[in-house]
Amino acid sequence: MKNAKRWLALGLATVMTASMLAGCGSKESGSDEGDKGGDGKGSVYYLNFKPEQDEQWQDLAKTYTEETGVDVTVVTAASGEYETTLMSEMGKSSAPTLFQVNGPVGLANWKDYCYDLADSDVYGELTSDSYALEEDGTVYGIGYVIESYGIIVNKTLLEKAGYTVEDIQSFDDLKKVAEDITSRSSELGFAAFTSAGMDGSSDWRYKTHLANLPIYFEYEDEGIASTDAIKGTYLDNYRAMWDLYINNSTCEPSELAAKTGDDSRNEFLAGEAVFFQNGSWEYANLTGDGQFTDDDLAMIPIYFGAGDEANQGLCTGTENYWCVNSQASKDDIQATLDFMNWCVTSETGTKCMAEDMGFVIPFKSAAESQNLFVKEDAEMTEAGKTPVSWNFTTMPSEEWKNGVGQALTAYAADETDANWDAVVSAFVDGWATEYELANQ
Amino acid sequence: MEKALKRYSPIFVLPTFAAFIIGFIIPFIEGLYLSFCQFTTVSNFKWIGISNYINALKDTSFTDSFKFTVAFAIVSILSINVLGFGLALLLTKGLKGTNIFRTVFFMPNLIGGIVLGYIWQILINCVLSIVGQPLLALNTKAGYWGLIILMCWQQIGYMMIIYIAGLQNVSEDLIEAAKIDGATLKQILWKIKIPMVMPSITICVFLTLTNSFKLFDQNLALTGGDPNHTTEMFALNIYQTFYARAGMQWKGLGQAKAVIFCILVVVISMIQLRATRSKEVQQ
Repeated sequence: MKNAKRWLALGLATVMTASMLAGCGSKESGSDEGDKGGDGKGSVYYLNFKPEQDEQWQDLAKTYTEETGVDVTVVTAASGEYETTLMSEMGKSSAPTLFQVNGPVGLANWKDYCYDLADSDVYGELTSDSYALEEDGTVYGIGYVIESYGIIVNKTLLEKAGYTVEDIQSFDDLKKVAEDITSRSSELGFAAFTSAGMDGSSDWRYKTHLANLPIYFEYEDEGIASTDAIKGTYLDNYRAMWDLYINNSTCEPSELAAKTGDDSRNEFLAGEAVFFQNGSWEYANLTGDGQFTDDDLAMIPIYFGAGDEANQGLCTGTENYWCVNSQASKDDIQATLDFMNWCVTSETGTKCMAEDMGFVIPFKSAAESQNLFVKEDAEMTEAGKTPVSWNFTTMPSEEWKNGVGQALTAYAADETDANWDAVVSAFVDGWATEYELANQ
Repeated sequence: MEKALKRYSPIFVLPTFAAFIIGFIIPFIEGLYLSFCQFTTVSNFKWIGISNYINALKDTSFTDSFKFTVAFAIVSILSINVLGFGLALLLTKGLKGTNIFRTVFFMPNLIGGIVLGYIWQILINCVLSIVGQPLLALNTKAGYWGLIILMCWQQIGYMMIIYIAGLQNVSEDLIEAAKIDGATLKQILWKIKIPMVMPSITICVFLTLTNSFKLFDQNLALTGGDPNHTTEMFALNIYQTFYARAGMQWKGLGQAKAVIFCILVVVISMIQLRATRSKEVQQ
């Protein structure tokens, strides 16, 4: 009897240990799945940055696997969690073979992991070298989607207020129209601008996208493409623009600190405001479910009261660069390059990217996009307007953006000169400090 | 039987012990090592010595977050324990509806920190906008008191349960004897009940102390460190250093901060355990 009990105890302990080890074991084999097959074909693991396009990427990957037999895994990081996800995924044995950085600053983290794409086919497909992320002759990344942003206009409401899009050709025009709408807002039933929400889900529209304009015009003046110390020549224009946004809006400026991106979009969808600063990526959100048709909408440049306003285009550029993991096996790298090339050259790939994802891709065989804002951008460029380039990729760090955002929010709550000085200081002094920290 | 159990104890301990090694000891040692390195991913690192620690201590945002954490910890430990103990006293008096109240007070503890943080963010922002004060994102004071209120609301119920268990263990005989000897209610509380529930106090203070220092979810959801990192606590500061920064030098720095953080929490809680344990009495 005693012996039986002993054996039972021993047996139980063994089973417990074994089941635990089995538990760990099965996990490990699960994470190894990436390089199954072992037929020399390699496999692709794409860590996607854009949650909006997750479904389309999954479908495209499936199609590719059916056509070629090469495994493609697409994983999409949750919104705002890309760096975190990428960091943990890269540490694994089956790391992503294809990932994304957001420009020179994001590249700083991943430089050692980027395969030189200079000899790749997909690099040769680019319509312009300026879409590649290149440093010292090494091509670290390839921009795969071009986006535009500006002020989205609800044309129907604008007409109700007695104006057309053609009436707005400069900052002064915009100011005149916006202030006129505000003065009659109770009678019209709508405001000029949607709330310039400074919650984390929306503040990038101002601390990054709007902040691009003073940086752009300064770079133009100086003839430079990046700097270690910004002068802030155009910050007065930035202030004028910000004043216009917050004082002609749907809500009190002091409430902006808690307003989200969704609030802003919903106000626009509900017809509570005429202007909505955002980009071509919002097209699907605005036109889906029969909300707006192309006839209701237009995108106008963010007139800044600087430079040649008559010839100013939309802000067009990219912060989505594809990078190939240099630490992956040779087969996987080749498979990844083939997959990228297929995406941007094959009919299925280009069609999916243009129509389903709504992207404009800067590659020679790209299909035409149905996105209204993108088409407008092309028309403007054709009409001889100069697109404003995306210089916010040269902002020294996230921390800098947060500092500017914080100061902007504080200024919105209490519009005094002292508070604006804090914005200027966050912009100019913050740039120098952060640049130094980032480039130690 | 007991002898046999003792002999086989290593076997019984083995599964948990192995899990502890794999899930705790190994990552801990790895983390310790990485704090002396420069790295982007944990499998690819370069030894750089103690410069991470030097930079961590030089980082004013780190020392500021330490001050904020201490200020938060002191007030929240006091308020949670005093209020939790008070409620426990009330709810051991045999009042009507005691069970319902116990459940109600315990409930907030069942909701996750992130959810609580966002709920309270909306509530507090509403109140602030009604009274015309700057919202949470711009208001350090409101952020600080918001965190305290949030943590009190969440933790009082939990501590209350522990205190109730302690109070119910105080033998009636002692209290009756004290009453016969003419002790006032106040004397019964201070001379009998509190010394008798000292073990519960040790546990509760330990829990609130470590929780306050390690607080992360609620901090992230309620204030996110705004404005300008002034409501950023220790754990959030480490997280921001690690993830919100681009560049090689930050990961190791975050790791070094985490090691300092760990040592601090261990030391402080050890001191506390020793201090309150010494006050415990034999029953």
